Amino acid sequence: MGSKLGKANFSQFPDATGHFGIYGGRFVSETLIFALDELEAAYQRLRKDPDFQAEFDHDLAHYVGRPSPLYHAKRWSNEVGGAQIYLKREDLNHTGAHKVNNTVGQALLAKYMGKKHVIAETGAGQHGVASATVAARLGMTCQVFMGEDDIQRQALNVYRMKLLGAEVVSVKSGSKTLKDAMNEAMRHWVTHVDDTFYIIGTAAGPHPYPMLVRDFQSVIGREAREQCLAQNGRLPDALVACVGGGSNAIGLFHPFLDDESVAMYGVEAGGHGVETGQHAAPLNDGSPGILHGNRTYLMQDDGGQIIETHSVSAGLDYPGVGPEHSWLKDMGRVNYVAINDDEALTAFRKLTLVEGIMPALESAHAVAYAEKLAKTMSPEQSIVVNLSGRGDKDIHTVATIDGIGIE
Amino acid sequence: MSRLAAVFAKLEQDGRKALVPYIVAGDPAPALTVPLMHELVSKGADILEIGVPFSDPMAEGPVIQLAHERALANKVTLSMVLELVAEFRATDSTTPVVLMGYANPVEHMGYQQFADRASAAGVDGLLTVDMPPEEAEQATQILRAAGIDNIFLLAPTTSDERIQKIASLASGYLYCVSLNGVTGAGHLNVAAVTEKLASIKRHTNLPITVGFGIKDGASAAALAPLCEGVVVGSALIERIVATDSALNNTERAAVAAELIAEIRTAIDA
Repeated sequence: MGSKLGKANFSQFPDATGHFGIYGGRFVSETLIFALDELEAAYQRLRKDPDFQAEFDHDLAHYVGRPSPLYHAKRWSNEVGGAQIYLKREDLNHTGAHKVNNTVGQALLAKYMGKKHVIAETGAGQHGVASATVAARLGMTCQVFMGEDDIQRQALNVYRMKLLGAEVVSVKSGSKTLKDAMNEAMRHWVTHVDDTFYIIGTAAGPHPYPMLVRDFQSVIGREAREQCLAQNGRLPDALVACVGGGSNAIGLFHPFLDDESVAMYGVEAGGHGVETGQHAAPLNDGSPGILHGNRTYLMQDDGGQIIETHSVSAGLDYPGVGPEHSWLKDMGRVNYVAINDDEALTAFRKLTLVEGIMPALESAHAVAYAEKLAKTMSPEQSIVVNLSGRGDKDIHTVATIDGIGIE
Repeated sequence: MSRLAAVFAKLEQDGRKALVPYIVAGDPAPALTVPLMHELVSKGADILEIGVPFSDPMAEGPVIQLAHERALANKVTLSMVLELVAEFRATDSTTPVVLMGYANPVEHMGYQQFADRASAAGVDGLLTVDMPPEEAEQATQILRAAGIDNIFLLAPTTSDERIQKIASLASGYLYCVSLNGVTGAGHLNVAAVTEKLASIKRHTNLPITVGFGIKDGASAAALAPLCEGVVVGSALIERIVATDSALNNTERAAVAAELIAEIRTAIDA
């Protein structure tokens, strides 16, 4: 673990070259540098442009449905018998998850940059759906790259994307899952770099993506901070969010990073158990390396090959993580923990029964950890859990685990 | 003088262009790699680019992706690639060998350890597809101290300003990507490459090789007069895969390397 961080100003990162300490950066083939330079220049200009910001805020309010509620889960909190637990209800956003905050922002960037074609990678399909949605609204063509195995597992989202007018491109290389979909999206981008905007779905990839995805998702933390102050007159004691690539987590955490009294927990997918090696928890059990354009913690073998991951939740089933999380881990600012498949499934059922809120399996990892954490705290303390998505998309998975066939 | 510098000096003297085949180490079988390297040289290759297999070869088209997958299925590691180069070097002390791949296997080994071991194995250059110059300063220094050239890519989208920056860090040669796309793409535009090479040559005296989309004698001969060398990858790998696996390794290597003989004839004509 890194040293005590004192008064580090987290809002100053990444640095001018796109690094968070040794992490981040821009590890792509030469052809794409021009596109990343172009994107960075456009974003640096537009982030200060009042018209762009006003349009983004308007879309978040009237299209996404923000602000999302901060809900005090009283019954669950009482049952746990520790800290008061609050849910940041990103599941109530249009399209059902936090992903849309980012796709609205990036599609707006694409519009201001005059791009007519957008592409995206997707694992479970949530980012693909959110990308297809904003492309439909802005009249842009949209191609979504998705692993062949994921296409079979997520037939409903595939059809949803098609209804939204997107083309779903089946990726047959490598492990046929999210990381390969991202490789293929990069390959398509390099071939159509002149007129195509790549909407990356998480706070990873080459600079400036980790920064701009974080900025677009930071609306979550800004709202949560204001809502805590309004409802309780004080900041929460802890924040909990699941971490795959880590966009919902960095969105919640970032506006609180300089609040030293607020503890933070990023919850990775422990799969069958971190000790089994079959998981998707690079911050718990990986090492730094280079993949998909950035230096970050990765799941890799002794020869530096990326290894296959496992999680019951497709959205967390990724061998890397956003570079800012790697840095926050080394700095000791955020604690990264893991929750196994079984614990997440238990939390999925528990929240559904106790609060009538069905979390996405990704978010259920955060729910499970929050319950463990709350038990160690007093009823005067509070925790904000990012309920990053709704569980409708996972009903089929849960039913299959229950041995029930749903057609 | 390095092997690379010696080869380019000799070619210039002879008025010829470098022919640079690319294969992936350990594809389709580790035992085929060294015989194939020797056959490629005997059929007219001047420099060998040896792909280091990686699980996520982002810049490759389908042919080379599959080559990486086959090599990984054969459990080929960066350490093994260095051993194969050392084996080749035991009987060929002059042909330059450039490793081409992705940053992570080298990063994982550590740049210093890689540089020491690669130098001992007889590696002459390293081309890391996903490491632009902005990220490569430290690695370049370590490699150079070990006598290994860091080879950089130039792309159709590279600005004049960047060409200068890249050229100032590069040594050995520069690899000009002929098109916006992945390896093995089919949309080579000779006029566009001609224009790009003219602007590159205003900024550097380093030898320039051109690759991506060169698949036969005709496409190689169209580009060779514009640069110092041409790289052939996907088309060669297709030949290798198509060889009869009932043949022994030397025979298979000889059959596949015929493509290099054809291209040699075309660019020398």
